[in-house]
Amino acid sequence: MALTDKDIKKLSHLAKINIDSKDEKIVLSKLEGIIKLIDTMQQVDTNNIEPMSHALDITQPLREDVVTEENQKNDFLKLGPESNEDYFIVPRVVE
Amino acid sequence: MKNLSLRELNLGLSNKKFSSEELTKFFLNEIKTSNPKINAFITVDEEKSLQQAKDADKRISQNDMNELTGIPIAQKDIFCAKGWKTTCASKMLDNFYAPYDSKVIELFNQHGAINLGKTNMDEFAMGSSNETSYYGEVRNPWNLDYVPGGSSGGSAAAVASGMAPAATATDTGGSIRQPASLCGLTGLKPTYGLVSRFGMIAFASSLDQAGPIAKSAEDCALMLKVMAAHDERDSTSIKHNVPDYLKNLDSPINGKTIGLPKEFFNDDLNQDIKVILEQVIDSYQKIGVNFKEISLPNSHLSIPVYYVIAPAEASSNLSRYDGVKFGYRAEEFKDLEEMYLKTREQGFGDEVKRRILVGTYVLSAGYYDAYYLKAQKIRRLIANDFKNAFNECDLILAPSCPSTAFKIGDKTEDPVAMYMQDMYTISTNLAGLPAISSPAGFLNKMPVGFQLIGNYFDEATILNFTHQYQQITDWHQKTPEADV
Repeated sequence: MALTDKDIKKLSHLAKINIDSKDEKIVLSKLEGIIKLIDTMQQVDTNNIEPMSHALDITQPLREDVVTEENQKNDFLKLGPESNEDYFIVPRVVE
Repeated sequence: MKNLSLRELNLGLSNKKFSSEELTKFFLNEIKTSNPKINAFITVDEEKSLQQAKDADKRISQNDMNELTGIPIAQKDIFCAKGWKTTCASKMLDNFYAPYDSKVIELFNQHGAINLGKTNMDEFAMGSSNETSYYGEVRNPWNLDYVPGGSSGGSAAAVASGMAPAATATDTGGSIRQPASLCGLTGLKPTYGLVSRFGMIAFASSLDQAGPIAKSAEDCALMLKVMAAHDERDSTSIKHNVPDYLKNLDSPINGKTIGLPKEFFNDDLNQDIKVILEQVIDSYQKIGVNFKEISLPNSHLSIPVYYVIAPAEASSNLSRYDGVKFGYRAEEFKDLEEMYLKTREQGFGDEVKRRILVGTYVLSAGYYDAYYLKAQKIRRLIANDFKNAFNECDLILAPSCPSTAFKIGDKTEDPVAMYMQDMYTISTNLAGLPAISSPAGFLNKMPVGFQLIGNYFDEATILNFTHQYQQITDWHQKTPEADV
Protein backbone atom coordinates (compact mmCIF):
# COMPACT_ATOMS: atom_id res chain seq x y z
CA MET A 1 0.00 0.00 0.00
CA ALA A 2 1.53 3.29 -1.09
CA LEU A 3 1.52 6.14 1.40
CA THR A 4 0.56 9.69 0.46
CA ASP A 5 1.32 13.10 1.95
CA LYS A 6 -2.19 13.01 3.38
CA ASP A 7 -1.39 9.78 5.24
CA ILE A 8 1.68 11.36 6.78
CA LYS A 9 -0.38 14.32 8.02
CA LYS A 10 -2.95 11.95 9.49
CA LEU A 11 -0.27 9.83 11.21
CA SER A 12 1.39 12.96 12.57
CA HIS A 13 -1.95 14.00 14.03
CA LEU A 14 -2.76 10.57 15.50
CA ALA A 15 0.74 10.04 16.96
CA LYS A 16 0.92 13.66 18.19
CA ILE A 17 4.31 14.15 16.57
CA ASN A 18 4.80 17.29 14.52
CA ILE A 19 6.49 16.61 11.18
CA ASP A 20 8.10 19.63 9.56
CA SER A 21 6.85 20.01 5.97
CA LYS A 22 10.41 19.95 4.65
CA ASP A 23 10.94 16.51 6.22
CA GLU A 24 7.70 14.97 4.95
CA LYS A 25 9.24 13.45 1.82
CA ILE A 26 12.05 11.68 3.64
CA VAL A 27 9.72 10.44 6.40
CA LEU A 28 7.39 9.14 3.70
CA SER A 29 10.11 7.29 1.79
CA LYS A 30 11.50 5.61 4.92
CA LEU A 31 8.05 4.57 6.12
CA GLU A 32 7.31 3.15 2.67
CA GLY A 33 10.43 0.99 2.91
CA ILE A 34 9.24 -0.41 6.24
CA ILE A 35 5.69 -0.96 5.01
CA LYS A 36 7.05 -2.81 1.98
CA LEU A 37 8.94 -5.04 4.41
CA ILE A 38 5.90 -5.80 6.57
CA ASP A 39 3.68 -6.32 3.52
CA THR A 40 5.56 -9.58 2.85
CA MET A 41 3.29 -11.06 5.56
CA GLN A 42 0.33 -10.85 3.23
CA GLN A 43 1.43 -13.92 1.22
CA VAL A 44 0.87 -16.19 4.25
CA ASP A 45 -2.41 -18.05 4.66
CA THR A 46 -3.51 -17.46 8.25
CA ASN A 47 -7.05 -18.81 8.08
CA ASN A 48 -8.12 -20.53 11.30
CA ILE A 49 -4.96 -19.47 13.14
CA GLU A 50 -5.56 -18.11 16.63
CA PRO A 51 -3.78 -14.73 17.06
CA MET A 52 -0.99 -14.79 19.65
CA SER A 53 -1.01 -11.61 21.71
CA HIS A 54 1.43 -12.82 24.29
CA ALA A 55 4.41 -15.16 24.55
CA LEU A 56 2.95 -17.19 27.39
CA ASP A 57 -0.72 -17.94 27.49
CA ILE A 58 -1.38 -16.59 30.94
CA THR A 59 -4.33 -14.78 32.48
CA GLN A 60 -4.20 -11.49 34.30
CA PRO A 61 -3.37 -12.18 37.95
CA LEU A 62 -5.57 -10.55 40.58
CA ARG A 63 -4.63 -9.38 44.04
CA GLU A 64 -6.40 -8.11 47.13
CA ASP A 65 -7.49 -4.49 46.89
CA VAL A 66 -5.13 -3.17 49.56
CA VAL A 67 -2.74 -0.23 49.51
CA THR A 68 0.78 -1.47 48.78
CA GLU A 69 2.69 1.76 48.19
CA GLU A 70 2.68 4.82 50.37
CA ASN A 71 1.44 8.06 48.85
CA GLN A 72 4.26 9.64 46.84
CA LYS A 73 2.27 12.52 45.42
CA ASN A 74 4.89 15.14 46.13
CA ASP A 75 7.73 13.12 44.61
CA PHE A 76 5.77 12.60 41.42
CA LEU A 77 4.48 16.17 41.17
CA LYS A 78 8.06 17.40 41.43
CA LEU A 79 8.92 15.51 38.24
CA GLY A 80 6.41 17.46 36.18
CA PRO A 81 7.62 20.30 33.95
CA GLU A 82 5.04 22.54 35.69
CA SER A 83 2.95 21.76 38.75
CA ASN A 84 1.44 23.29 41.88
CA GLU A 85 0.94 21.44 45.15
CA ASP A 86 -1.93 19.34 43.80
CA TYR A 87 -1.85 19.26 40.01
CA PHE A 88 0.27 19.07 36.89
CA ILE A 89 -0.25 22.29 34.96
CA VAL A 90 -0.97 22.37 31.21
CA PRO A 91 -2.10 25.17 28.87
CA ARG A 92 -5.72 26.14 29.45
CA VAL A 93 -8.14 23.89 27.52
CA VAL A 94 -11.50 25.21 28.74
CA GLU A 95 -12.21 28.92 28.44
CA MET B 1 41.09 -7.17 38.83
CA LYS B 2 40.22 -6.26 35.26
CA ASN B 3 39.77 -9.73 33.79
CA LEU B 4 38.64 -11.65 36.85
CA SER B 5 35.39 -13.59 36.72
CA LEU B 6 32.57 -12.76 39.11
CA ARG B 7 33.41 -15.88 41.11
CA GLU B 8 37.05 -14.78 41.37
CA LEU B 9 36.01 -11.28 42.42
CA ASN B 10 33.75 -12.82 45.05
CA LEU B 11 36.64 -14.93 46.30
CA GLY B 12 38.98 -11.92 46.40
CA LEU B 13 36.44 -9.99 48.47
CA SER B 14 35.73 -12.80 50.91
CA ASN B 15 39.47 -13.53 51.33
CA LYS B 16 40.05 -9.80 51.97
CA LYS B 17 42.51 -9.62 49.07
CA PHE B 18 40.79 -6.35 48.20
CA SER B 19 37.82 -4.42 49.55
CA SER B 20 34.71 -3.46 47.62
CA GLU B 21 35.83 0.15 47.89
CA GLU B 22 39.17 -0.68 46.25
CA LEU B 23 37.44 -2.73 43.59
CA THR B 24 34.89 -0.03 42.85
CA LYS B 25 37.62 2.64 42.70
CA PHE B 26 39.54 0.44 40.28
CA PHE B 27 36.61 0.20 37.85
CA LEU B 28 35.68 3.89 38.26
CA ASN B 29 39.25 4.62 37.28
CA GLU B 30 38.98 2.34 34.24
CA ILE B 31 35.87 4.29 33.25
CA LYS B 32 37.76 7.57 33.61
CA THR B 33 40.46 6.28 31.28
CA SER B 34 38.42 4.40 28.68
CA ASN B 35 34.98 5.98 28.59
CA PRO B 36 35.98 9.18 26.76
CA LYS B 37 36.88 7.11 23.71
CA ILE B 38 34.19 4.41 23.99
CA ASN B 39 31.19 6.35 25.40
CA ALA B 40 29.68 3.29 27.08
CA PHE B 41 28.34 5.19 30.11
CA ILE B 42 25.74 7.96 30.18
CA THR B 43 25.89 8.52 33.94
CA VAL B 44 28.62 7.77 36.47
CA ASP B 45 28.13 8.85 40.09
CA GLU B 46 31.30 8.10 42.05
CA GLU B 47 29.84 9.28 45.34
CA LYS B 48 26.80 7.01 45.14
CA SER B 49 28.84 4.01 43.96
CA LEU B 50 31.48 4.44 46.66
CA GLN B 51 28.85 4.79 49.37
CA GLN B 52 27.38 1.46 48.24
CA ALA B 53 30.89 -0.02 48.29
CA LYS B 54 31.45 1.12 51.87
CA ASP B 55 28.11 -0.41 52.87
CA ALA B 56 29.10 -3.63 51.12
CA ASP B 57 32.44 -3.72 52.93
CA LYS B 58 30.54 -3.46 56.21
CA ARG B 59 28.38 -6.43 55.17
CA ILE B 60 31.44 -8.42 54.14
CA SER B 61 33.17 -7.72 57.46
CA GLN B 62 30.06 -9.07 59.21
CA ASN B 63 30.08 -12.17 56.99
CA ASP B 64 26.69 -11.11 55.62
CA MET B 65 27.75 -11.84 52.08
CA ASN B 66 26.48 -13.58 48.96
CA GLU B 67 27.80 -14.06 45.41
CA LEU B 68 27.53 -10.45 44.27
CA THR B 69 28.09 -8.49 47.48
CA GLY B 70 30.64 -5.76 46.85
CA ILE B 71 30.92 -6.36 43.09
CA PRO B 72 30.34 -3.38 40.77
CA ILE B 73 27.79 -4.01 38.01
CA ALA B 74 27.01 -1.62 35.13
CA GLN B 75 23.29 -0.99 34.71
CA LYS B 76 21.64 -0.31 31.37
CA ASP B 77 20.05 3.13 31.46
CA ILE B 78 16.63 1.58 30.85
CA PHE B 79 16.33 0.51 34.53
CA CYS B 80 14.93 3.06 36.95
CA ALA B 81 17.32 3.49 39.88
CA LYS B 82 16.13 5.76 42.68
CA GLY B 83 17.94 9.09 42.66
CA TRP B 84 19.88 8.24 39.49
CA LYS B 85 19.32 10.03 36.23
CA THR B 86 17.48 7.46 34.09
CA THR B 87 17.30 8.52 30.45
CA CYS B 88 16.74 5.51 28.15
CA ALA B 89 19.25 7.48 26.01
CA SER B 90 16.54 9.95 25.03
CA LYS B 91 16.38 13.73 25.15
CA MET B 92 12.81 13.09 26.36
CA LEU B 93 14.18 11.81 29.70
CA ASP B 94 17.37 13.87 29.91
CA ASN B 95 16.04 15.57 33.05
CA PHE B 96 14.42 12.48 34.61
CA TYR B 97 15.64 11.24 37.99
CA ALA B 98 13.85 8.00 38.83
CA PRO B 99 11.73 8.28 42.00
CA TYR B 100 11.89 4.51 42.62
CA ASP B 101 13.97 1.39 41.92
CA SER B 102 13.11 -1.10 39.21
CA LYS B 103 12.83 -4.69 40.47
CA VAL B 104 16.16 -5.54 38.81
CA ILE B 105 17.98 -2.68 40.57
CA GLU B 106 16.24 -3.59 43.84
CA LEU B 107 17.55 -7.18 43.56
CA PHE B 108 21.13 -6.06 42.90
CA ASN B 109 20.88 -3.65 45.84
CA GLN B 110 19.55 -6.38 48.13
CA HIS B 111 22.50 -8.56 47.14
CA GLY B 112 24.87 -5.73 47.99
CA ALA B 113 26.12 -5.25 44.43
CA ILE B 114 27.46 -1.81 43.49
CA ASN B 115 25.74 0.26 40.81
CA LEU B 116 28.77 1.29 38.76
CA GLY B 117 26.86 3.60 36.45
CA LYS B 118 24.18 3.73 33.78
CA THR B 119 25.15 2.47 30.34
CA ASN B 120 24.49 3.99 26.95
CA MET B 121 22.02 2.36 24.57
CA ASP B 122 19.93 3.00 21.49
CA GLU B 123 17.18 5.50 22.29
CA PHE B 124 14.32 3.62 24.01
CA ALA B 125 16.17 0.41 23.03
CA MET B 126 15.26 0.92 19.37
CA GLY B 127 18.27 0.08 17.26
CA SER B 128 20.97 -2.45 16.50
CA SER B 129 24.06 -0.24 16.51
CA ASN B 130 23.81 2.15 19.46
CA GLU B 131 23.83 5.04 17.00
CA THR B 132 20.35 6.33 17.92
CA SER B 133 21.40 7.42 21.43
CA TYR B 134 20.85 11.09 22.30
CA TYR B 135 24.23 10.88 24.05
CA GLY B 136 26.16 9.85 20.97
CA GLU B 137 27.24 6.53 19.53
CA VAL B 138 29.13 3.91 21.50
CA ARG B 139 32.34 2.54 19.96
CA ASN B 140 33.27 -1.12 19.75
CA PRO B 141 36.32 -1.79 21.97
CA TRP B 142 37.68 -4.24 19.34
CA ASN B 143 37.85 -1.43 16.77
CA LEU B 144 36.75 2.08 17.61
CA ASP B 145 35.50 2.75 14.06
CA TYR B 146 32.89 0.01 14.42
CA VAL B 147 29.55 -0.19 16.21
CA PRO B 148 29.21 -2.33 19.35
CA GLY B 149 25.72 -3.45 18.30
CA GLY B 150 22.56 -2.49 20.08
CA SER B 151 20.45 -1.69 21.74
CA SER B 152 22.55 -2.75 24.77
CA GLY B 153 25.74 -1.47 23.10
CA GLY B 154 26.93 0.48 26.14
CA SER B 155 26.59 -2.55 28.42
CA ALA B 156 28.50 -4.73 25.95
CA ALA B 157 31.23 -2.16 25.30
CA ALA B 158 31.65 -1.52 29.05
CA VAL B 159 32.28 -5.20 29.76
CA ALA B 160 34.39 -5.85 26.63
CA SER B 161 36.69 -2.91 27.43
CA GLY B 162 37.09 -3.96 31.07
CA MET B 163 35.26 -0.94 32.50
CA ALA B 164 32.80 -3.30 34.26
CA PRO B 165 32.93 -6.96 35.32
CA ALA B 166 29.37 -7.56 34.06
CA ALA B 167 26.31 -5.57 33.03
CA THR B 168 22.55 -5.75 32.79
CA ALA B 169 20.85 -5.44 29.42
CA THR B 170 17.46 -5.91 27.77
CA ASP B 171 16.41 -7.77 24.64
CA THR B 172 13.27 -7.04 22.62
CA GLY B 173 14.48 -8.40 19.27
CA GLY B 174 18.15 -9.23 19.89
CA SER B 175 19.40 -6.32 21.99
CA ILE B 176 21.35 -8.56 24.42
CA ARG B 177 22.59 -11.23 22.02
CA GLN B 178 23.59 -9.06 19.06
CA PRO B 179 25.86 -6.65 21.00
CA ALA B 180 27.25 -9.60 23.01
CA SER B 181 28.13 -11.27 19.72
CA LEU B 182 29.64 -8.13 18.18
CA CYS B 183 31.76 -7.46 21.28
CA GLY B 184 32.96 -11.02 21.96
CA LEU B 185 30.84 -11.59 25.09
CA THR B 186 28.25 -13.96 26.49
CA GLY B 187 24.72 -12.53 26.65
CA LEU B 188 21.57 -14.29 27.79
CA LYS B 189 17.98 -13.35 27.01
CA PRO B 190 15.82 -15.29 29.47
CA THR B 191 12.33 -16.68 28.91
CA TYR B 192 9.72 -13.93 28.75
CA GLY B 193 8.39 -13.51 32.29
CA LEU B 194 11.45 -14.79 34.19
CA VAL B 195 12.88 -11.35 35.03
CA SER B 196 10.53 -8.62 36.25
CA ARG B 197 9.90 -5.69 33.92
CA PHE B 198 8.81 -3.46 36.84
CA GLY B 199 10.64 -0.15 36.51
CA MET B 200 12.23 -1.15 33.22
CA ILE B 201 11.26 1.49 30.69
CA ALA B 202 8.83 -0.15 28.26
CA PHE B 203 9.45 -0.50 24.53
CA ALA B 204 7.37 -3.51 23.34
CA SER B 205 5.81 -5.03 26.43
CA SER B 206 5.04 -8.49 25.03
CA LEU B 207 8.66 -8.91 23.89
CA ASP B 208 10.91 -6.97 26.34
CA GLN B 209 13.03 -9.10 28.66
CA ALA B 210 16.04 -8.25 30.82
CA GLY B 211 19.16 -10.39 31.14
CA PRO B 212 22.93 -10.24 31.65
CA ILE B 213 25.88 -9.48 29.38
CA ALA B 214 29.09 -10.87 30.85
CA LYS B 215 32.41 -12.52 30.06
CA SER B 216 31.28 -16.14 30.36
CA ALA B 217 28.34 -18.49 30.79
CA GLU B 218 29.37 -18.90 34.41
CA ASP B 219 29.13 -15.14 35.02
CA CYS B 220 25.76 -15.05 33.22
CA ALA B 221 24.52 -17.90 35.44
CA LEU B 222 25.47 -15.93 38.53
CA MET B 223 23.84 -12.74 37.24
CA LEU B 224 20.65 -14.55 36.25
CA LYS B 225 20.40 -16.18 39.65
CA VAL B 226 20.12 -12.67 41.10
CA MET B 227 17.85 -11.22 38.41
CA ALA B 228 15.25 -14.02 38.14
CA ALA B 229 12.55 -13.51 40.74
CA HIS B 230 8.78 -13.39 40.80
CA ASP B 231 7.35 -9.89 41.16
CA GLU B 232 3.70 -9.08 41.84
CA ARG B 233 4.20 -5.62 40.38
CA ASP B 234 4.75 -7.07 36.89
CA SER B 235 1.54 -8.83 35.84
CA THR B 236 3.48 -10.95 33.33
CA SER B 237 6.09 -12.12 35.86
CA ILE B 238 5.88 -15.90 36.17
CA LYS B 239 6.03 -17.80 39.45
CA HIS B 240 8.84 -20.17 38.70
CA ASN B 241 11.22 -22.08 40.93
CA VAL B 242 14.59 -20.63 39.97
CA PRO B 243 17.08 -23.50 39.73
CA ASP B 244 20.69 -23.12 40.84
CA TYR B 245 22.10 -22.25 37.43
CA LEU B 246 25.68 -22.45 38.78
CA LYS B 247 25.35 -25.95 40.15
CA ASN B 248 24.04 -27.19 36.83
CA LEU B 249 26.94 -25.83 34.74
CA ASP B 250 29.02 -28.99 35.03
CA SER B 251 26.29 -31.51 34.23
CA PRO B 252 27.41 -33.88 31.46
CA ILE B 253 25.88 -33.16 28.06
CA ASN B 254 27.01 -36.19 26.09
CA GLY B 255 24.17 -37.98 24.35
CA LYS B 256 22.07 -34.82 24.16
CA THR B 257 20.82 -33.41 20.87
CA ILE B 258 21.18 -29.97 19.32
CA GLY B 259 18.91 -29.07 16.41
CA LEU B 260 20.18 -27.20 13.35
CA PRO B 261 17.40 -25.26 11.62
CA LYS B 262 17.90 -25.72 7.89
CA GLU B 263 16.42 -22.26 7.26
CA PHE B 264 19.35 -20.65 9.14
CA PHE B 265 22.06 -22.71 7.47
CA ASN B 266 21.05 -22.00 3.87
CA ASP B 267 22.91 -20.03 1.17
CA ASP B 268 21.95 -16.70 2.76
CA LEU B 269 24.27 -17.38 5.68
CA ASN B 270 27.63 -15.62 5.41
CA GLN B 271 30.06 -18.35 4.36
CA ASP B 272 32.83 -17.27 6.76
CA ILE B 273 30.40 -17.33 9.68
CA LYS B 274 29.19 -20.73 8.50
CA VAL B 275 32.77 -22.07 8.78
CA ILE B 276 32.97 -20.79 12.38
CA LEU B 277 29.61 -22.37 13.24
CA GLU B 278 30.82 -25.67 11.79
CA GLN B 279 33.78 -25.49 14.19
CA VAL B 280 31.34 -24.98 17.06
CA ILE B 281 29.41 -28.08 15.93
CA ASP B 282 32.71 -29.95 15.76
CA SER B 283 33.61 -28.98 19.34
CA TYR B 284 30.26 -30.18 20.64
CA GLN B 285 30.49 -33.44 18.70
CA LYS B 286 33.84 -34.10 20.36
CA ILE B 287 32.14 -34.08 23.75
CA GLY B 288 29.42 -36.43 22.58
CA VAL B 289 26.60 -34.09 21.54
CA ASN B 290 24.43 -35.22 18.62
CA PHE B 291 23.19 -32.92 15.89
CA LYS B 292 19.98 -33.16 13.94
CA GLU B 293 18.54 -31.07 11.13
CA ILE B 294 15.27 -29.44 12.11
CA SER B 295 12.96 -26.96 10.41
CA LEU B 296 11.56 -23.58 11.45
CA PRO B 297 9.53 -23.01 8.27
CA ASN B 298 8.10 -19.61 9.24
CA SER B 299 11.29 -18.06 10.63
CA HIS B 300 11.76 -15.86 7.52
CA LEU B 301 8.60 -14.01 8.56
CA SER B 302 10.00 -12.96 11.94
CA ILE B 303 11.29 -9.56 10.84
CA PRO B 304 8.07 -8.38 9.12
CA VAL B 305 5.99 -9.68 12.05
CA TYR B 306 8.27 -8.00 14.57
CA TYR B 307 8.14 -4.68 12.73
CA VAL B 308 4.36 -4.69 13.11
CA ILE B 309 4.10 -5.90 16.72
CA ALA B 310 7.03 -4.00 18.26
CA PRO B 311 6.15 -0.58 16.75
CA ALA B 312 2.47 -1.12 17.58
CA GLU B 313 3.27 -1.75 21.23
CA ALA B 314 5.85 1.05 21.24
CA SER B 315 3.40 3.59 19.83
CA SER B 316 1.10 2.80 22.74
CA ASN B 317 3.82 2.65 25.42
CA LEU B 318 5.48 5.88 24.32
CA SER B 319 2.23 7.85 24.31
CA ARG B 320 3.06 8.61 27.97
CA TYR B 321 5.78 11.05 26.87
CA ASP B 322 3.57 14.06 26.39
CA GLY B 323 5.32 16.79 28.33
CA VAL B 324 2.80 16.74 31.19
CA LYS B 325 3.88 14.51 34.07
CA PHE B 326 7.64 14.10 33.61
CA GLY B 327 10.40 14.44 31.08
CA TYR B 328 10.91 17.00 28.35
CA ARG B 329 8.40 19.72 27.45
CA ALA B 330 8.80 21.98 24.41
CA GLU B 331 9.47 25.60 25.30
CA GLU B 332 7.13 27.33 22.90
CA PHE B 333 3.55 26.38 22.02
CA LYS B 334 0.24 28.13 21.65
CA ASP B 335 -2.07 25.49 23.10
CA LEU B 336 -2.17 21.96 24.56
CA GLU B 337 -2.30 20.24 21.17
CA GLU B 338 0.76 22.11 19.97
CA MET B 339 2.52 21.34 23.25
CA TYR B 340 2.11 17.61 22.58
CA LEU B 341 3.12 17.89 18.92
CA LYS B 342 6.26 19.91 19.56
CA THR B 343 7.30 18.10 22.73
CA ARG B 344 7.26 14.78 20.88
CA GLU B 345 8.82 16.24 17.73
CA GLN B 346 11.75 17.67 19.71
CA GLY B 347 12.05 15.05 22.46
CA PHE B 348 12.25 11.91 20.30
CA GLY B 349 14.97 11.01 17.81
CA ASP B 350 14.28 9.97 14.20
CA GLU B 351 14.21 6.18 14.69
CA VAL B 352 11.86 6.39 17.69
CA LYS B 353 9.52 8.72 15.77
CA ARG B 354 9.64 6.38 12.78
CA ARG B 355 8.58 3.41 14.89
CA ILE B 356 5.80 5.34 16.62
CA LEU B 357 4.48 6.35 13.19
CA VAL B 358 4.66 2.76 11.87
CA GLY B 359 2.90 1.52 15.02
CA THR B 360 0.25 4.19 14.68
CA TYR B 361 -0.26 3.19 11.05
CA VAL B 362 -0.66 -0.55 11.67
CA LEU B 363 -3.12 0.08 14.51
CA SER B 364 -5.15 2.75 12.72
CA ALA B 365 -8.72 2.19 11.52
CA GLY B 366 -8.84 0.05 8.39
CA TYR B 367 -5.37 -1.45 8.81
CA TYR B 368 -5.65 -3.28 12.12
CA ASP B 369 -6.76 -6.62 10.63
CA ALA B 370 -4.38 -6.48 7.67
CA TYR B 371 -1.33 -5.78 9.80
CA TYR B 372 -1.66 -6.17 13.55
CA LEU B 373 -4.00 -9.15 13.63
CA LYS B 374 -2.17 -10.78 10.71
CA ALA B 375 1.16 -10.38 12.54
CA GLN B 376 -0.28 -11.93 15.72
CA LYS B 377 -1.45 -14.94 13.72
CA ILE B 378 1.94 -15.47 12.12
CA ARG B 379 3.51 -15.02 15.55
CA ARG B 380 1.55 -18.13 16.56
CA LEU B 381 2.95 -20.02 13.55
CA ILE B 382 6.50 -19.01 14.50
CA ALA B 383 5.99 -20.13 18.12
CA ASN B 384 4.47 -23.44 16.95
CA ASP B 385 7.54 -24.10 14.78
CA PHE B 386 9.69 -24.00 17.92
CA LYS B 387 7.25 -26.19 19.84
CA ASN B 388 7.55 -28.85 17.13
CA ALA B 389 11.33 -28.47 16.95
CA PHE B 390 11.77 -29.09 20.68
CA ASN B 391 10.12 -32.50 20.26
CA GLU B 392 13.27 -33.46 18.38
CA CYS B 393 16.11 -31.75 20.25
CA ASP B 394 17.24 -30.28 23.58
CA LEU B 395 18.54 -27.00 22.20
CA ILE B 396 18.75 -25.22 18.86
CA LEU B 397 21.99 -23.80 17.46
CA ALA B 398 21.84 -20.71 15.26
CA PRO B 399 24.04 -17.84 14.09
CA SER B 400 23.78 -14.80 16.39
CA CYS B 401 24.15 -12.19 13.64
CA PRO B 402 24.38 -12.10 9.86
CA SER B 403 27.80 -10.37 10.03
CA THR B 404 30.47 -9.09 12.38
CA ALA B 405 30.27 -5.47 13.61
CA PHE B 406 29.87 -2.91 10.83
CA LYS B 407 31.36 0.55 10.56
CA ILE B 408 29.75 3.46 12.37
CA GLY B 409 27.45 5.24 9.91
CA ASP B 410 27.23 2.33 7.45
CA LYS B 411 23.55 1.54 7.97
CA THR B 412 22.11 4.71 9.48
CA GLU B 413 20.46 5.85 6.25
CA ASP B 414 18.70 2.55 5.59
CA PRO B 415 16.45 1.45 8.47
CA VAL B 416 15.46 -1.81 6.77
CA ALA B 417 19.12 -2.86 6.32
CA MET B 418 19.63 -2.15 10.03
CA TYR B 419 16.56 -4.25 10.92
CA MET B 420 18.12 -7.26 9.14
CA GLN B 421 20.81 -7.37 11.87
CA ASP B 422 18.27 -9.17 14.04
CA MET B 423 17.21 -11.81 11.51
CA TYR B 424 18.51 -14.70 13.64
CA THR B 425 17.49 -13.36 17.05
CA ILE B 426 13.96 -11.97 16.63
CA SER B 427 12.00 -15.24 16.33
CA THR B 428 12.85 -16.23 19.92
CA ASN B 429 11.43 -12.94 21.24
CA LEU B 430 8.21 -13.52 19.32
CA ALA B 431 7.97 -17.03 20.78
CA GLY B 432 9.13 -15.85 24.25
CA LEU B 433 11.97 -18.40 24.38
CA PRO B 434 15.36 -18.04 26.12
CA ALA B 435 18.56 -17.82 24.06
CA ILE B 436 22.22 -17.06 24.58
CA SER B 437 25.02 -15.74 22.40
CA SER B 438 28.54 -17.02 23.11
CA PRO B 439 31.86 -16.09 21.46
CA ALA B 440 32.96 -18.59 18.79
CA GLY B 441 35.86 -16.98 16.93
CA PHE B 442 36.95 -13.98 14.89
CA LEU B 443 36.66 -12.65 11.35
CA ASN B 444 39.09 -9.89 10.41
CA LYS B 445 39.87 -9.39 14.10
CA MET B 446 36.20 -8.83 14.95
CA PRO B 447 34.29 -11.25 17.22
CA VAL B 448 31.71 -13.75 15.95
CA GLY B 449 29.12 -15.40 18.19
CA PHE B 450 26.77 -18.35 18.03
CA GLN B 451 23.36 -18.72 19.54
CA LEU B 452 21.78 -21.50 21.56
CA ILE B 453 18.00 -21.35 21.88
CA GLY B 454 16.24 -23.34 24.60
CA ASN B 455 12.75 -24.37 25.53
CA TYR B 456 10.67 -22.23 27.92
CA PHE B 457 12.40 -21.75 31.31
CA ASP B 458 15.28 -23.99 30.26
CA GLU B 459 18.00 -21.41 30.93
CA ALA B 460 19.82 -24.03 33.03
CA THR B 461 20.37 -26.24 29.96
CA ILE B 462 21.44 -23.27 27.80
CA LEU B 463 23.98 -22.16 30.41
CA ASN B 464 25.17 -25.74 30.93
CA PHE B 465 25.83 -26.28 27.19
CA THR B 466 27.50 -22.89 26.80
CA HIS B 467 29.70 -23.45 29.83
CA GLN B 468 30.75 -26.86 28.50
CA TYR B 469 31.74 -25.26 25.19
CA GLN B 470 33.67 -22.57 27.06
CA GLN B 471 35.57 -25.28 28.94
CA ILE B 472 37.06 -26.60 25.67
CA THR B 473 37.53 -23.27 23.86
CA ASP B 474 39.02 -19.93 24.92
CA TRP B 475 37.26 -17.46 22.60
CA HIS B 476 35.39 -15.98 25.58
CA GLN B 477 38.72 -15.18 27.29
CA LYS B 478 40.05 -12.99 24.47
CA THR B 479 40.23 -9.28 25.22
CA PRO B 480 40.66 -6.32 22.87
CA GLU B 481 43.80 -5.24 24.74
CA ALA B 482 45.60 -8.57 24.47
CA ASP B 483 44.27 -9.89 21.20
CA VAL B 484 44.01 -6.98 18.73
